[in-house]
This record gives sequence, structure tokens and C-alpha cells, in this order.
Amino acid sequence: MLDVTEAPTEAQFEFITFSAGDQSFCLEITQIREIRRWTPVTKLPHTPDDVLGVMNLRGAVIPIFDLSARFGLGETIDNERNVVIVAAAGGTTIGLLVESVSEILSVAKSAIQETPDIKSEAARQAILGVISVGENMVRVVNLDAVLDTEGGAV
Amino acid sequence: MSNSSIRDTFFEECEELLEALVEGLAAMEENASDMEVVNAVFRAVHSIKGGAGAFALDRLVNFAHTFETVMDKVRSKQLAVNEELMLLFHRSGDQLADLVEAARDGRDPNAESEAAILKELSAYLGDVESEEEIAFDAAPLAFDAAPLALDLAEPEPATEAELRRFDIRFCPTPALYANGHEPLLLFDALAELGTLSVTADLSRLPEFDAFDPEDAVIDWRLTLLTSEDETVLHEVFEFVDALCELEIAVSDDPVAAFDEELTDNLTSPDLADQGGGAALADLKAPEEAAPPPPAIGKSTAANAPRDEPRGPRPTLRVDLDRVDRLINTVGELIINQAMISQRIEELELPAVAHLTNELEAYKLLARDIQEGVMAIRAQPVKPLFQRMSRIVREAAEATGKKVKLVTVGDSTEVDKTVIERLADPLTHMVRNAVDHGLERPDKRGELGKDPTGAIRLSASHRSGSVFIEIADDGAGLNRSRILEKAIEKGLVSPEAELSEQEVDNLLFLPGFSTAAEVSNLSGRGVGMDVVKNAVAALGGRVSIASTPGAGTTFTIVLPLTLAVMDGFVISIADQTMVIPIASIIETIRPNPRDLHCIGTDGEVISVRGAYVPIVDVARNLGLSGERADSSGVLLLVSTEGQGLTALRVGAIHDQRQVVIKSLESNYGAIAGVSAATILGDGKIALILDPDELVKLTPAAIFLPPASSPRPELRHA
Repeated sequence: MLDVTEAPTEAQFEFITFSAGDQSFCLEITQIREIRRWTPVTKLPHTPDDVLGVMNLRGAVIPIFDLSARFGLGETIDNERNVVIVAAAGGTTIGLLVESVSEILSVAKSAIQETPDIKSEAARQAILGVISVGENMVRVVNLDAVLDTEGGAV
Repeated sequence: MSNSSIRDTFFEECEELLEALVEGLAAMEENASDMEVVNAVFRAVHSIKGGAGAFALDRLVNFAHTFETVMDKVRSKQLAVNEELMLLFHRSGDQLADLVEAARDGRDPNAESEAAILKELSAYLGDVESEEEIAFDAAPLAFDAAPLALDLAEPEPATEAELRRFDIRFCPTPALYANGHEPLLLFDALAELGTLSVTADLSRLPEFDAFDPEDAVIDWRLTLLTSEDETVLHEVFEFVDALCELEIAVSDDPVAAFDEELTDNLTSPDLADQGGGAALADLKAPEEAAPPPPAIGKSTAANAPRDEPRGPRPTLRVDLDRVDRLINTVGELIINQAMISQRIEELELPAVAHLTNELEAYKLLARDIQEGVMAIRAQPVKPLFQRMSRIVREAAEATGKKVKLVTVGDSTEVDKTVIERLADPLTHMVRNAVDHGLERPDKRGELGKDPTGAIRLSASHRSGSVFIEIADDGAGLNRSRILEKAIEKGLVSPEAELSEQEVDNLLFLPGFSTAAEVSNLSGRGVGMDVVKNAVAALGGRVSIASTPGAGTTFTIVLPLTLAVMDGFVISIADQTMVIPIASIIETIRPNPRDLHCIGTDGEVISVRGAYVPIVDVARNLGLSGERADSSGVLLLVSTEGQGLTALRVGAIHDQRQVVIKSLESNYGAIAGVSAATILGDGKIALILDPDELVKLTPAAIFLPPASSPRPELRHA
């Protein structure tokens, strides 16, 4: 689990950055199991729009979420560069459909800024912090918030 | 290792011990004079007591102790085993199992029955029992063990000229025992060096009244014939050096003298009674002379060298999750192998390529691995059957009937989950067999039958399925009464003409109970329909065969494993899905003439004169909002809530075995879908649950998900 407060000061964190819904996001590399090309999934009945369906990951059935739709940024548009990021947290493995993966980001802990004080509670929950890269701002995704379907779309 | 995990291990061991106990008691019933069997029972109880003592489970210790003491009297032939005592032993075994279970779950055990059995047990003990019993109860155990594994009987041929004879005097101090040392082990180590002869010097043994169990009073004289150096001998005693008096002397006497002495000993017919016997018996004595070691249950270890062959086969405890992960991976391997085969076929390589052979070998290997992995989950039905012997006993007691349980094929292996989930239905059926199946003893006598009724529980593998039969030699089903009752309850119409088998199957209808008076035992409102549903949930079925006057046999047929299921591969809207074959009664290609509308949305089909509602699967799953055209295939299913229903699906493509994958582990339960599977092309197909499917209504899809809460993803 990404822990922003307790890690040693000069430790470098590695993140994989990706875009979803025209925004830049990133996940800590230790949470990511693999990145796969998008292949059609098996749809599940009676599920919200951001649950795309299930995929076969070497014998395990894992659910695939549309990260953009999950964050209320609209459905991911079909694109050749679409990939599924397979991530694991708390014993659960899930797949996140994103528009494209960009790069690996290596930053010191100090480079991670707290999420600015925005109004939306849901958005604050979903984002652990932000990292500024050049002119861009990269949002650190809180995987737990994605997993927590009780809260509904964030 | 944390304390709780040690505790878990203890309870796991208890289960094995209880199993051994039940087994031993059953064997005692056959032949109560077989001391091996009696010993085995005693040891099981004793080990439970020992372990329970370590965890301060006082009630368990207390009960086991009383049980053990009575058992010990049987062992020492002070008490003869009769039918009554045997019954008490069985009940004590049951009670012990209850107490273990209660201790494990931290519940309060049933004090009433415990007290009653304790009282009965104590009645066999007389009044000689006192406090010292606990301290000394290991004594008979130690002394009845006659030959000990000391290599006396194997004088090594004195081929080496360098053989020397060492005379050793070994006088342990109490501190040696207090530090947990064990002379026997030292002697074992010496015996490995050459030919050893041991004599105990009992001269310091005090009168019994003056006996101090904490004192070390036995000295040892050892004669070792070895080619080793004296320093090697000292090394053996290295760790006890300061805790004993030790003298090692090289004897000038040639080897021959030793041989003579040894041979003398061996050929002496009085060996058992005189020197040798005493030495051997005394060899055990330090167990008692030494302060009781902190690890309770040690006294059973005294017998260990001799008992090993009788013990359980070595096993390995593995976390079930690990096995399931392995099964998953192997399942994937099989699919992967199928895909590779297919790809290579598509390449249309020239026939000379050896690839086909290798591929075939790969396929066989993969199947082998799969079978092997599946076998890990398989467990013998023995524990399940053993539980039934208790049920039979209790049921027989409650009904005043005499019943004998015969089990056949209890080494038949079945998936672990099947065993767990079969316990309740089987209990119910066994109770039924005793209560309804068997006649009363007096009536059996009139009929010329053995007054003791027999219930036969058997398990076997047949053509890829597991068959479990519960047979009684009672009166058989009273078909006219069943029919009468069914008509009375309105379950069938009075005009119906039913075959014998159809009448028998009425038993499985919900709300059916034939017992004229509701007995204490069965007829608690749980009918055979519950049994049927439980078995059906495991993918199996139950059938009945009955011969008037000769008895009734219930047969449960189960799939070998829960990981695999027979299913139809069907298409629904544009998706491929699987529906369990077990749930389908028949498939119908509907004739438009048989389809009728009811209201605006309802649709029924007439099947041999009855109107059966049609459920459109695609709509119920919310895959297509529009009403499907009347093409497609109807699958007739019998569901729990709605009776006969016809499911409309697009088409049936195939019938095959599919590997069942849980959806819940990574996502959550989805209404109408029981699980998922992976098809040959690597795609996931959902497995439908007809019972749930028909409960869904198309309208429900558009409701907010309040009624069906969104799946909880985390395992927490």
C-alpha cells in the first residue's frame, strides 16, 4: 500500500502514469501486477456501467473497471492504445481499463503533494495526492477507493 | 509458533485421535480381547487428555481421565468388556468428541450428559481411585510393554579384530532427569556404535514407602563391543557429563568373553523373567523415576518405537487455499494446452513434424497433473461414516430399536467440500432409516428377521461418479400409505395413476412426512425434500429403491469433484453462457402453435397439456431489453420457487464438462449467475443458476440497486 506519511524521506517512489478521461493518473508500481492489451471481456449482468465485465487472467476470473467511468469522466473511448492495468490490493485482483500508459515516474516522497483542498469529498477519497511533472499534474490513484464499490462512482 | 496455532494443531490432532478412538471402539466390539486394540483406544484418550492438560481444559482432562481409567481397567483385565460397557464406551467417546468440540469453540458443553456418563464410568472404578492415580497412571502402561527395541538380539559378527570391549558404569543424578535427558536415547546412541548390553543396577532402589519419585535410584552397567575409540563413547555422554557419574573402562578381556556372555543371555530360556526381563522393564523405569516431563502425553511416547507401524500414515497439512490455487493454475494449463494444440493444427504443418507426438505427451502430462491435483482435495468418506455410527446409536436409543451399522467402502475418496456438505443430509437419511425404515425388534422377531436391524452405508466410485447408499433391511416403503398421504395433503390428484417409482418419489415433495405420529427423532418438519435439495446443490441426485418386507435403499449419486460440472454451452443475446445439465429436464424446440400470450407480457408454452411459463433469459439478465423473437430453444427446468419453467435461450452449442471458477473471490455475487468458467478459447462464460434466474424480473433491472446491494469487493 502506498504510504505517503511513513516512508523514509529520501526514498524514491516509482509510479506508472497513465491517462484516463483526458486526465493524468498514476499508481505505485508495487500495486501493479501487469499491464495487458485490451481484449473483449465477458459482460456481467446487473452491474453498473463502470464494471465492464470479467477477464480470464491465467485461470482467475478478475473484474475489469473502466477507470474513466469510475471517476465519472465518461466512458473510455475505444482506442488501439487502450490497456488494462492489473492491480492487486487487499487480496483482491482487479483490472482497470485506461486510455494509455505513459511512463514510469520516479520521485522522492517530498515530491508528492497533498491533494489540494477541493470541495468534493468523493474526489478527495479517490486521489491520495498529486505529483507535478513539468506542466502536468499527475493524480495518485487510491486503489482502495476504486475497490470500494459501496461508495458508488466517485 | 503462536499459542493459538499450537492450540489449533492440538484440535486437529484431537480430530485424528477421536477418529482412531471410534475406529478402535468398533474394533473392540469385534474382539474385545485384542489388547492392541484396547491399547490403541487407551492411547487415543490418553493423548487427548495430555494435550488438553497443556491447554488447561480442565473439564476435558477430567472426563478423559475417568474414561481412561476405566479403559485401563479393561487393559489390565480387571474389567471384562460386555455389551453394556461397550455401549458406555461408545457414549463416552461421543461425549469426549462433544467436549473437544465445545473446548475448541469455547462453548459450554452439555453438563448433564457429561455428569451422567461420568457417574456411570465412575461406577466401574469402585472406590480405590484417589489422587495418586494421576501420578501413577503411567505405570501399567510402561510395564506392560514387554520387548523393547534394544538390539540385544543381534550380536554383530565379530569380524573386525579391532573390536574392543568397554565396561561402562552410568549413574544418573536426579538433575539429569530434571534437565530432560533420557538414558534410553543415550543407550540408543551407544547401540549404534556396536553391540550393547545393558543391565540395570537396582541395589539403590528403596522400599516402596520410602520411594521418592524425584530421585534417581537406578544405575546402569553397560557393556559395549565396538571398534570405536573411547573418545567417541565420551562424546555420547558429553551433554550429561556433569549430571552423572560415569566410568568407562576398556576391558582386557578378549572379545570372546563378551560373545559368550551375550550368547548365554540370549539362549537363556528365562530371559524374560530374569536378568534380561528385569533389565528391560527397568529400562522403562526412569520414565517414572524421573520427574514427570513438562510435555504431557510423554508416557505414550514410551511405547512409540513399537507402535509406529500401527499409527496413521504420514500426512502433510496444507492450507486449502494453496491447493485451490494449484487447481486453478492446472486448470489454466489444460486450457493453454488445448489452445496450443488448436493453433498448431491451424498451421497445417507437414505430417513428418514430430510435434504431434510431443504435443500428445504434453496433453497426457497435463491431464495427469490435473488428476493428481484434484486427488489432493479428495478425502476418504471414513470420518463421515464414523459420524453416522453415532447417529445410528443415538437414534436406536431414542426409538428403542436395536440397530447395527455396517459400512462398506469407507476409503472411497470424495471432494472435501462434498464430505462437509453431505453430513447433514446423510444424518437425516440415517435417522429416517432407523426411525421409519426398521421395524420394532418384536415385530422383526415375528417376521423371522434378526431382531437387530441392519443399516448398510456404502460408498463406491462408479463411472466417474460417487455412489453413496443408505440401505436398511426394514419393512420397505408402504406405497399405498404414501399415496394416501400425498392425496390427503393435496400433493397429487386422487385420479392420478402413478408408477411405483413415481410413488416413491413423492417422498421428496416438500411438506411430506409419513410418520403417523411425529416422533422425537425425525419428522421435525425437515423432509426428504431438504435432503434432495442439499444433494442437488452438490450437483448430485437421490433415488429410492424399495422392496416390501426387505428394506429400502437410498442412493446418492455425486460428481467426483465440485470443480467440474456438466453443462450445456448456450448463447444468450450475443454472449456464450453455460447452464448446468443437472437442472434441465428437457429441451424443447417450440412449435409456434404451442406458444400463447397472457396479458401484455406473459408467455406460456403448452407442454403435454400443461401451460408452463416462459422466462426469457436475456431479458432477465438485462442483456436485451426488447422481447426476443420466438425463435430459439426452450429449456424446461424445475425450480424451487416456481415449479416448472421454460427458459428461452438463443441456441445450444455444445455439451461439455466445465471447470467452475468463483466470481465472488474477486468481484461478488451476481443474481442469476452461480459462477463462471473458462472455455477452450480462453474466454470466460458465466454459469447460470436457473433457480435464481427465474426469480429475477425484467423490471428489476431498472430499479436502483437497493434491493441487490452492490457487490462487496474486499474480503475483509
